Amino acid sequence: MARTEKKKDVVIVGLGWTGSILGMELAQDGLEIVALERGHDQNTVPNFQYPNMIDELKYGVRLGMMQKPHNSTVTIRRDVNETALPYRSLGSFLPGIGVGGAGTHWNGLNWRPQLSEYRLRSHVEERWGAGIIPEDMHLQDYPVTYDELEPFFDRFEHVAGISGMAGNVKGKIIEGGNPFEAPRSREYPMPAMPTTWDGAKFAEAAKAAGCHPFPSPGGIASQAYVNEYGMQMGPCNHCGFCERYGCYNYSKSSPQTAILDALKRKPNFEYRTEADVLRVEMAADGKTATGVTYYDYKTGEEVFQPADLVILAAYQLHNVHLMLLSGIGKPYDPATGEGTTGRSYAYQMNGGYTLFFKDEHFNPFIGTGANGMSIDDFGMDNIDFGREGFIGGAYWRSGQTNGQPIRSMSLPKGSPSWGAGWKEAVGEWYGHSMSIGSHGSHMSYRGNFLDLDPTYKDPLGRPLMRMTFNWNPNDIRMTQFMKSKMEPIAQSMNPTSMQEGFKKEGAMYDVRPYQTTHNVGGSVMGADPKTSAVNRYLQAWDKHNIFVLGAGAFPQNTQYNPTGMVGGLAYWAAHAIRTDYLRNPRPLV
Amino acid sequence: MKKLVRVLGVLVVLGIIALLAFIFVPVQRTGPATQLAADFKPAKGQGEYVMRAGDCLACHTNEGGKPFAGGRAIQSPMGAIWTTNITPDKETGIGNWSLDDFRAALYDGVTPNGTHLYPAMPYENYRKMSEEDIVALYDYFMNEVEPVSNKVEETKLAFPFNLRFGLRAWNWLAANYEPGFKPTQGQDEQFNRGKYLVEGAGHCAACHSPRNLFMAQDGIDDTSKAFLTGGEIDGYTAPDLRGPESGPQKWTTEQTAAYLATARNAHSTATGEMMLVVRDSLQYLTKEDNMAIAAYLKKIGTGGEKAATAPAEPVVTETEKMLTEAKADMPLGPRLYLDNCGGCHLVNGKGAAEIFPELDDNSLVTAKSPKGLISVILHGAELPSTADRPMKVRMQGYDNRLSDEEVAALATFLREGWTNKAPAVSAADVKAIRDLPKH
Repeated sequence: MARTEKKKDVVIVGLGWTGSILGMELAQDGLEIVALERGHDQNTVPNFQYPNMIDELKYGVRLGMMQKPHNSTVTIRRDVNETALPYRSLGSFLPGIGVGGAGTHWNGLNWRPQLSEYRLRSHVEERWGAGIIPEDMHLQDYPVTYDELEPFFDRFEHVAGISGMAGNVKGKIIEGGNPFEAPRSREYPMPAMPTTWDGAKFAEAAKAAGCHPFPSPGGIASQAYVNEYGMQMGPCNHCGFCERYGCYNYSKSSPQTAILDALKRKPNFEYRTEADVLRVEMAADGKTATGVTYYDYKTGEEVFQPADLVILAAYQLHNVHLMLLSGIGKPYDPATGEGTTGRSYAYQMNGGYTLFFKDEHFNPFIGTGANGMSIDDFGMDNIDFGREGFIGGAYWRSGQTNGQPIRSMSLPKGSPSWGAGWKEAVGEWYGHSMSIGSHGSHMSYRGNFLDLDPTYKDPLGRPLMRMTFNWNPNDIRMTQFMKSKMEPIAQSMNPTSMQEGFKKEGAMYDVRPYQTTHNVGGSVMGADPKTSAVNRYLQAWDKHNIFVLGAGAFPQNTQYNPTGMVGGLAYWAAHAIRTDYLRNPRPLV
Repeated sequence: MKKLVRVLGVLVVLGIIALLAFIFVPVQRTGPATQLAADFKPAKGQGEYVMRAGDCLACHTNEGGKPFAGGRAIQSPMGAIWTTNITPDKETGIGNWSLDDFRAALYDGVTPNGTHLYPAMPYENYRKMSEEDIVALYDYFMNEVEPVSNKVEETKLAFPFNLRFGLRAWNWLAANYEPGFKPTQGQDEQFNRGKYLVEGAGHCAACHSPRNLFMAQDGIDDTSKAFLTGGEIDGYTAPDLRGPESGPQKWTTEQTAAYLATARNAHSTATGEMMLVVRDSLQYLTKEDNMAIAAYLKKIGTGGEKAATAPAEPVVTETEKMLTEAKADMPLGPRLYLDNCGGCHLVNGKGAAEIFPELDDNSLVTAKSPKGLISVILHGAELPSTADRPMKVRMQGYDNRLSDEEVAALATFLREGWTNKAPAVSAADVKAIRDLPKH
């Protein structure tokens, strides 16, 4: 049954954004590298090619690019008193499958967190005192400063090819950009994308209200682009098929457009698809990993891949799952608060208004995943947590992402949801609505965590991972605060009607409607091994040759989409491995 | 009367003797163009570099075959010419060849036993190679290439082309010049380096020069007016490189060099045979050599040397207006363009630098033979991965989406759109290409 492959210097689990970045960086040191991808191989052509890809039913509704729950899923409950049940039908979040991972089917929104977010606990304690921190909140600083990370954010943005308008270059505020962003060392690699009418309308209203609108930054090419690896993007045509789709136009930032063909040229790099890693294997002394064992779907056998360095670069949920299955770190126990693997799972708290205008034409078929105008006036840096009674913040954005016929028919409340009445409502309102979204932070709590499910197993015999998660009052207060600020601005635009979608006190987590695939935490980075699973270089505290990439490292979620931070941290960790660890493999902290 | 018969008899006998001599007297083999020092040794890597410049690998390797083991069919109007095994295998390759044998193949197109090679082997051009490069190349094949035992199919062309001795006469016309390279006096080193690569190892004229009545290259160097003014290969048009509207003339030298090194530049991308030349040959040349080729081509332009002009204000063409307005009654061609092509190549037909080639003023679009354009629409195209531009940018094919009539309407639209002016394409043209066996 089992076969052993030739030993490699490095094994990378997962070939999405972080796996590609680590592969590319470490390959430059001549290391022999193998990346194992549980899914299939995929390229722009033929996998994303036109017009096959722009099939909303297949990809938007039936989720053709996502993992199949039959093969891999989690069980979910809202608190320890419930019995977790398998997440059998994807809804709330959509983990991808295949080479490129979630980097192929994202919307492209790319951000750097604000300055307060890297040291949120210190920020709160200094300004308001620890007393305002809810008793069950795991509020932590990142163990790395923004100044340390800046070059790596910059690197990722230039590799990924981000379009945007800087608002703060080395402390100099630039009119038209985001004045509240952390200072960046240089401009975005590409100019911002033009905005659609909804974004322009929102920006006008926001400005009139004293806010500071700017074009949303994203990995959507506004012009032809070549990155440091010689990889390329072509200008976007605003077709609106970003999220849930692979881009047929070479216009969306992804491992395919930014890294993979360059990586595949490296003679010391290889990758194997349909290779599902079952566990990381440990040396007898338990202090290091010896490689990984994976299931090879092509041959139907278990394979041991020995390696000196193990990089976990799968999606956040899968990284934490592998850690739990392999005994990396001590599993978190909510009863005692001990253990760190699976601790501090967090999500995102979003809300928004939909506005209907009888006489406006928004042409929703023009769009991109990162379209529109944003404001950061209600970001964490700008909020008096003590006064408002919550810790958190949000950025707002207005910009249509698509006008797809099945899922993108916003209708005023009370419209029939099927039949002739629905058709009539669609006829009346299609193209006449716009929305403003609030994309908010989500803190970590004692009761939100990941562990192994005692009951359910996947087809390869692994216990499923169990997610215990529910909304918390702090984040509800945050989102209600956003509602109170957004309502007057929305009103000022004089819509025919408007309706809100913000979570209210007592809201329970519902896995059915899509919310966001921003699952974070569970393999948190920190300065203290008692409250974090990996150190500041994303190195496992207890096994120094294992590095855990991805959004699992976030101690609590930021108010932004996570990819910018995930990319920045990947380059940060790669730099530490290349310049320090390889010379002398050991715990770096 | 008797005298006349006798004279005629003598003439016939002489004729027969001459014919027999023509057939059987061995060809004089050309010696070295220059005498090298007895201890001459090629620099490390020089031989492989010359091999890349000469693109030996492309023809002498079969699809999926071992490098240089031959067996690839080169299609010619007279039938398939099978390339030979040039690995140092003693039985089936060139392992027994001396340097003189090797040079004779490159200079005279003859094998050690006197057999004439068909000029699919571009000895017309290789005859310009320097003795240093010949020695380096010989050294490379003998010492660095793995011997492979592979007996390749014998080339059997139809009568009379199966009579290889006939090539002796052909050679008097085509490859009867002083061997070795003659730099142009008064031109700088870069020009002459470019000239050497283009005329010699690079054998650009094999595709880019027209062929004369005898199927010889009409111009193997820049003293000839027709040299590199465009040719045809396997039904595809190899574009003119010298006229004022040709790529190397209207692009900057840097842009031409980028095209050679990466198969893409600000205006265009390489497809078909040229894509293969970049993939197997030009991407391995140094930046300086690709710049030299580009600079040389620019200098031999037939429209006179033009100073690089600032791009003119973009003019909005009627085609762009029509595509932008996108009226419901648009003809089929432009409608298909909007539905299938405009997302990348845009309504102005200008695409985007290095990734989506311009279709306005593109030599492939307006080529005399529409075969290249139709092939790309049907089967797509892929750029090779190169060191500077590793991405295999691929345009998908539309053969399963567009009918012959639709491809014809689309291709005709492209050939007449914007500032393009080329004849229409018929559905029969498309069908002929759709029916070709796919590589």
